Amino acid sequence: MHRDAVLQALVLVAVVAGMVWLVGNVQSNLERQNINSGFGFLSERAGFGINQTLIDYTEDDSFGRVVVIGLLNTLLVSILGILFATLLGFSLGVARLSRNWLISKIAMVYIEIFRNVPLLLQIMFWYFGVLRNLPSPRQALSVGDAMFISNRGIVVPWLEAGAGAMWYGLGLLALAAGFIWLRRRALNAKLTSGQPTQVWRPLLVLALALFGAAAVMAGVPFALDVPQLKGFNFRGGVTVIPEFVALLLALSLYTAAFIAEIVRSGINSVNKGQREASAALGLPESLALRLVVIPQALRVIIPPLTSQYLNLTKNSSLAVAIAYPDIVSVLAGTTLSQVGQAVEIIFVTMMIYLSLSLFTSWAMNRYNQRMAFVGNAT
Amino acid sequence: MSAKTWTPTPARPAPANTVGFVGWARENLFATKFDSALTVFCAGLILYVLDVVFGWAIVDASFSGEDRNACLKQVQGACWPFIDAKLGQFIYGRYPEMERWRVDWVFALGLLGLVPLLMPKVGFKRANVIFMLGFYPLFSFFMLTGGSFGLVPVETSDWGGLLVTLVVAVTGIVGSLPLGILLALGRRSELPIVRALCVGFIEIFRGVPLITVLFMASVMLPLFLPDGVNFDKLMRCLIGVALFASAYMAEVVRGGLQAIPKGQYEAAAALGFGYWKTTRLIILPQALKLVIPGIVNTFIGLFKDTTLVLIVGLFDLLGIVQLHFTDSSWATPETHITGYAFAAFVFWVFCFAMSRYSIFMEKHLSTDPNQ
Amino acid sequence: MQMFRKLCVGFMVLAAANLLAMPAVQAAGETLEIVTKRGHLKCGVSQGLPGFSTPDNRGNWTGIDVDFCKAIAAAIFNDPSKVKFTPLSAKERFTAIQSGEVDIIARNTTWSMHRDTALGIDFPVVNYYDGQGFMVRADLGVTSALELDGATLCTNQGTTTELNAADYFRANGMQYEIVAFEKADESIAAYNSGRCDAYTTDHSALYAQKLKLSQPKAHIVLPEIISKEPLGPLVRQGDSSWNDLVRWTHYATVAAEELGVTSKNIDKMKASSNPSVRRLLGLDGSFGSNLGLSKQWAVNILRAVGNYGEIFERNVGVKTPLGIQRGVNALWTKGGLQYAPPIR
Repeated sequence: MHRDAVLQALVLVAVVAGMVWLVGNVQSNLERQNINSGFGFLSERAGFGINQTLIDYTEDDSFGRVVVIGLLNTLLVSILGILFATLLGFSLGVARLSRNWLISKIAMVYIEIFRNVPLLLQIMFWYFGVLRNLPSPRQALSVGDAMFISNRGIVVPWLEAGAGAMWYGLGLLALAAGFIWLRRRALNAKLTSGQPTQVWRPLLVLALALFGAAAVMAGVPFALDVPQLKGFNFRGGVTVIPEFVALLLALSLYTAAFIAEIVRSGINSVNKGQREASAALGLPESLALRLVVIPQALRVIIPPLTSQYLNLTKNSSLAVAIAYPDIVSVLAGTTLSQVGQAVEIIFVTMMIYLSLSLFTSWAMNRYNQRMAFVGNAT
Repeated sequence: MSAKTWTPTPARPAPANTVGFVGWARENLFATKFDSALTVFCAGLILYVLDVVFGWAIVDASFSGEDRNACLKQVQGACWPFIDAKLGQFIYGRYPEMERWRVDWVFALGLLGLVPLLMPKVGFKRANVIFMLGFYPLFSFFMLTGGSFGLVPVETSDWGGLLVTLVVAVTGIVGSLPLGILLALGRRSELPIVRALCVGFIEIFRGVPLITVLFMASVMLPLFLPDGVNFDKLMRCLIGVALFASAYMAEVVRGGLQAIPKGQYEAAAALGFGYWKTTRLIILPQALKLVIPGIVNTFIGLFKDTTLVLIVGLFDLLGIVQLHFTDSSWATPETHITGYAFAAFVFWVFCFAMSRYSIFMEKHLSTDPNQ
Repeated sequence: MQMFRKLCVGFMVLAAANLLAMPAVQAAGETLEIVTKRGHLKCGVSQGLPGFSTPDNRGNWTGIDVDFCKAIAAAIFNDPSKVKFTPLSAKERFTAIQSGEVDIIARNTTWSMHRDTALGIDFPVVNYYDGQGFMVRADLGVTSALELDGATLCTNQGTTTELNAADYFRANGMQYEIVAFEKADESIAAYNSGRCDAYTTDHSALYAQKLKLSQPKAHIVLPEIISKEPLGPLVRQGDSSWNDLVRWTHYATVAAEELGVTSKNIDKMKASSNPSVRRLLGLDGSFGSNLGLSKQWAVNILRAVGNYGEIFERNVGVKTPLGIQRGVNALWTKGGLQYAPPIR
């Protein structure tokens, strides 16, 4: 329609004009005040230390590498958080519907407490409230003189991999492939003949064979690195810093409460007849839940679950409050203050989160489509 | 022949172990062996947790005192005098003591308007909405900032505590509602450019964490404005929060719009209504009513998210509690946990009440015969 | 109902007028004029650092940096109370000055070349010479920073401190782990709880933050100073007369100390025949009007906050809880670095 076109053109012009105005303001502000601009800083020397790096890093590395380190730290805490929150959330959701009155009420109390208290408060509670009461390294709680828990974090022994460890890595990959193949074979067999097929025994044989081969090729290139108290702190092993523990704990416990509610409504959405039919077929309740109810509930559960996963990833940015070096902390925190280019740095930070979000939504949409297709075909 | 009437023997009572408490317990707590084991374990767990919490909060706690000495006992429990001494700060922040009555008035008037608005049975909804969205924000603005009507001006940097929490949350929700409705309408619009712009806005703000939006508002927004034009820091955060919340609100409202049957549009068209008239008189009133629970849930999320303003240097309830941990005259091992427990309790009361209200509205709306 | 609506509309118009009045349009190069017209100075300070800028129990700001802004207000308005203080985090401070949210920042900020040349700001003067140091628990048995190999350090994110610590530990071949917090309060809380072996920041701030610990006596400040931290106020680049005003406000307090003029004897000193004193107090020459101020500018400053020595002793000196010696901040005549160019 003619009028619509005019209207749209007007809106477009207004938005573009607004953008131009804003960008013009930024440019004139930066120019007038003689502030640097551009992304040249990404290749400059960072010069500050970071207390958790998944890849090698020294102060001589560039701000660009700092960005990667921050991103990896964000991903680490998000992925582990998603894993724990899902496990706990599903258990709570099922518990919430348990016939056992006490269990159902405990789950309810948990859900109502954890989802109604701000996440930031929970993070600070765990970090400043609880972990601060742990002993100092010299009085650390030790588990078999190998693992130590103190206010510097949890130190665990670690396998130092030498040359030839690659063969073991390859073996692990082959094992994973073998596992998938065996599972699929077993499933096919079950569908066609109804006969159960062994999965675990062949897998064990395969594992022995593969690692035996790797040992023949490369010997045993691993050394156990056990932490020891030296000077101020433990040396050796791997330290899980308290900032990480507090953040992971808070994120998992908080998100689990939301996931539990999603799981509950998902299970409730499955027709009651399905449960009755499974009971009539003689399936015990736990199997009915696992084989009949949850697969059907998943279709209802997955879209809101995705948005919880995204929320968790975005919420991991609260790390900045307790000095966990995630992307916001190292980029929009330290780097911003060292470099002073607010526009570029906030832009990069937002872009990173936006790409994470869009990628997750895209992946989940694909998964959803597949689920829907399978559902309609059977 | 006398007729024989058959009299049934009276029914025997149900077995003792299926009725009353015993029956209930057998059914709900000890149905199977596994269930029984779980029940025993959980009961133990509950007793243990209750013992720890009760012991900390009441038995071993200190209740009165002027400074930290009151809380340095052998057995350590909650340090409640800390909360008692700082309560004024936790509610008003550094708002001058002489002027706190103004905040009280704002709180009181807000409550006065809100309670009847939330009760579905009370009438005058229209007048009330106009009061809450028109008069009340202006009243609060003049009351809190001062500078006119003979009131002493109070800088927003002196605001704090629960006051800031409520100001941010309420402004966020009031500001985001109209913007969210516009965005939702835009997203469902048939004009491709308008739709694309709205989708872009919504997806961008939903894709990034609130903290980056707040950083943007606090360190980047000033650079986007012409030289010398500037807003107050609290104001900038409010803008950031409102924009962020409007993207979520838009999705909630969109859900309501999608639920309106097509017949409504067709009927409106048959009556000769244009787009805006249809939207204003037919669609929105129905759609908004449908999504009241969703709006309340968004508000709960927003209310919890207000704590994030402490990261950009405003002192909301959590921020002010944390600030007072640095007071060395109250430094005890239990000060932190006590402060967090207090803040958590306040937030919990607000959020839990709202979530119950949301459930109540959901039930109320679904049984409405007009639906 | 009709009446009610009219009332609402009336209020709305008023509010709109109020909101529009809020943004103060400010052109570069005329800061003094704008400040005068506005009727008060907008000064950015820290979020609470005892001795430098911190609100007391009644919410009044005190400290060296606060006195600096009060001195400027006194010079302009002859009224040190015409200042509005805006607390800023380390991260916000540069944007706040760049965007004109404040007229000046006095926030114990280190003057470095990068900041001076790349951020659109200027440092007119140094009002406190400082250096970075370390604080540790006394029972740790450490007496020198060189014994800190393998230590965990708590510090504030986005400061020069973070970079200096990295450089120092590398230069001495020591290992360290750093935990950098967004706010000073958070880092001191973490140090207090034992998360770190040492807390590192500017020496003066160590003494100030020590006051926030649960047992201040159980902690010691190590003697090493590992960096130069000239702290001073900063202003927007491009207004050199404002720059001059800020610089000479500081020099007036230093010159006064050198000449023995204090807030108490200032009226007596007006009778002095010493030409330097007469020039400082505006009895000879037109130094005040060259700055765009009154002849009495320095008198107003000294009446309001006193000379540099008085400011120092009142806020951070040995008699205050911080108990800091003058050290390098003594006058040049007493072996320190505080030196004012001649007023002539």
